[in-house]
Amino acid sequence: MSEAAPAPAVSAPAVLGPSIRRIVLEQSKRAHVGHIGSALSIADLIGAAFTYLGPQDPSEADRDRFVLSKGHAALALYAVLALVGTLPEAALDTFCADDSLLAVHPDELLPGVDFSTGSLGQGLTYAVGCALAGVLQHSARRVVALVSDAECDEGAIWEAAMFGGHHRLHNLTVLVDHNHQQAFGYTADVLDSGAMADRWRAFGWEVHDVDGHDEAAVLATLAAPAEHRPRAIIAETTFGKGVSFMERQIKWHYLPMSDDQYEQAMTEIGALS
Amino acid sequence: MRTAFVTTLVDLARHDDRIVLLTGDLGFMALEPFRDAFPDRFVNMGVAEQNMIGVATGLADAGFVPFCYSIVPFAVFRPYEFIRDGPVLHGLPVRIVGMGGGFEYGTAGPTHYGLEDVGAMQLLQDMAVVAPADPAQAATAVAALGQWPGPAYLRLGKKDADVVPGLDGRFELGRVQEVRPGTDVVLFSMGGIGSSVVEAAALLEAEGISAAVVVVASVAPWPSEDILRLVSSFPKVVTVEAHVPNGGIGAAVARTIADHGARCRLLRLAVERPYRQRTGSEAFLTKMAGLSPVAVAERTRAFLCADATT
Repeated sequence: MSEAAPAPAVSAPAVLGPSIRRIVLEQSKRAHVGHIGSALSIADLIGAAFTYLGPQDPSEADRDRFVLSKGHAALALYAVLALVGTLPEAALDTFCADDSLLAVHPDELLPGVDFSTGSLGQGLTYAVGCALAGVLQHSARRVVALVSDAECDEGAIWEAAMFGGHHRLHNLTVLVDHNHQQAFGYTADVLDSGAMADRWRAFGWEVHDVDGHDEAAVLATLAAPAEHRPRAIIAETTFGKGVSFMERQIKWHYLPMSDDQYEQAMTEIGALS
Repeated sequence: MRTAFVTTLVDLARHDDRIVLLTGDLGFMALEPFRDAFPDRFVNMGVAEQNMIGVATGLADAGFVPFCYSIVPFAVFRPYEFIRDGPVLHGLPVRIVGMGGGFEYGTAGPTHYGLEDVGAMQLLQDMAVVAPADPAQAATAVAALGQWPGPAYLRLGKKDADVVPGLDGRFELGRVQEVRPGTDVVLFSMGGIGSSVVEAAALLEAEGISAAVVVVASVAPWPSEDILRLVSSFPKVVTVEAHVPNGGIGAAVARTIADHGARCRLLRLAVERPYRQRTGSEAFLTKMAGLSPVAVAERTRAFLCADATT
């Protein structure tokens, strides 16, 4: 289904996905909240994205930008921000707490979060604006946005895609988390997201298919020289990846875990031995 | 106001390279001076207003001051959630320019009316909402917004001819402009209907009624002190606006009166039921809404007389 990019020739950096999964499970259990499956779906993608972008100084105006357009997976973003040192690890324990900046959806008031998202379809339009700004300012900054396949139901995604393609925004990459699930059904049953690569190609984007759980392959695709146009990386993923009872299960869009489920989940991802 | 807006923006942009102009594919025969002067800072976004606001958010995040141009319904209502979640939530200086407030696009039909925009926009935190009365005031207002750190909405009229006598291009955020003195009643006016309101005051004067006229172009920040002073100085107060009653200056003046316990009576003249009616020119629709100069004068006179007998 997907065509994995070749592994990088040089020694690969450590993958972040497993640690992101551990934090997602720990914190969603502690806070007793859902959106676990969505966060597990992007763990390897967001790990690759942050390895690709490298450490960013949130106060530096000319930094690279990352937009989590599927904002409901913000726990994975907090996890990776903690792993790369932008977010103090102790701050993770404020996830969903009172007087916190770590909500289920991300808030740009939190250093390291470039844009507040949570309303699907908006994030990519911000990313397109960032990329246009980079061109106008003759900056080398890069922009990466992560969208979900069901998010592509939103018309605004295609407004942004059309603009990015037309203006050949070469500094823009979109990662499409193609897990074939919506909040209330499978994409095949709700609104078919088939031919995802062809859709982006038709809008003038350079398109790559990749195994979205092969972090090294995603990183290699991100790091490959870009053509003079925006890139869409269609990442084939499994919703709830790594936890057998969550994988491809609609209910894990919303449900929190019981104690037993937590223990099993942590064991399955190798965080408990 | 449209020519004044573009001319002023070109002047500002010569000294401020943060200014960019985005349009949702509108502004033919209007925006060309900016496009020609600053081709790199003019982007026709296509007919895609949600993306226009989102892109403006990304641009403002990088230090630009984007002006987003369309006509009122497409500038405000199509991308409303993008406005809230983008410039408002992020506290960014995006300027949204809605052309054709009120019934100005009357013959275009009800999809093109701009009657709820000021109310919708003033709900948003830190959004400056400015509805100038004539071209010279619009020019001053565009320049004044240069120092406003947050998002802003400009409700403009496309006509360039209507001038409010006595306004002389004055504008200040958070203040009103008194354009005509009077002692019996004060008429507050919002937006391009200002010249009609001055006309109504002249009709009243011919009948021996002394009506002051005050332009309220800065709807947010709301000029509380000026309004309070005026409603405390007149026994009778009238608001006039090409806007639905809720969310316009009539509602805001009522709020100020109630908040401070001011002792005056208020008549709110607005567009009560704009839809599922016959359509027509701006003049026709304004008359049907009871907002023509003659109607404003008559309704004000009736208000004064009715009150005198109670």
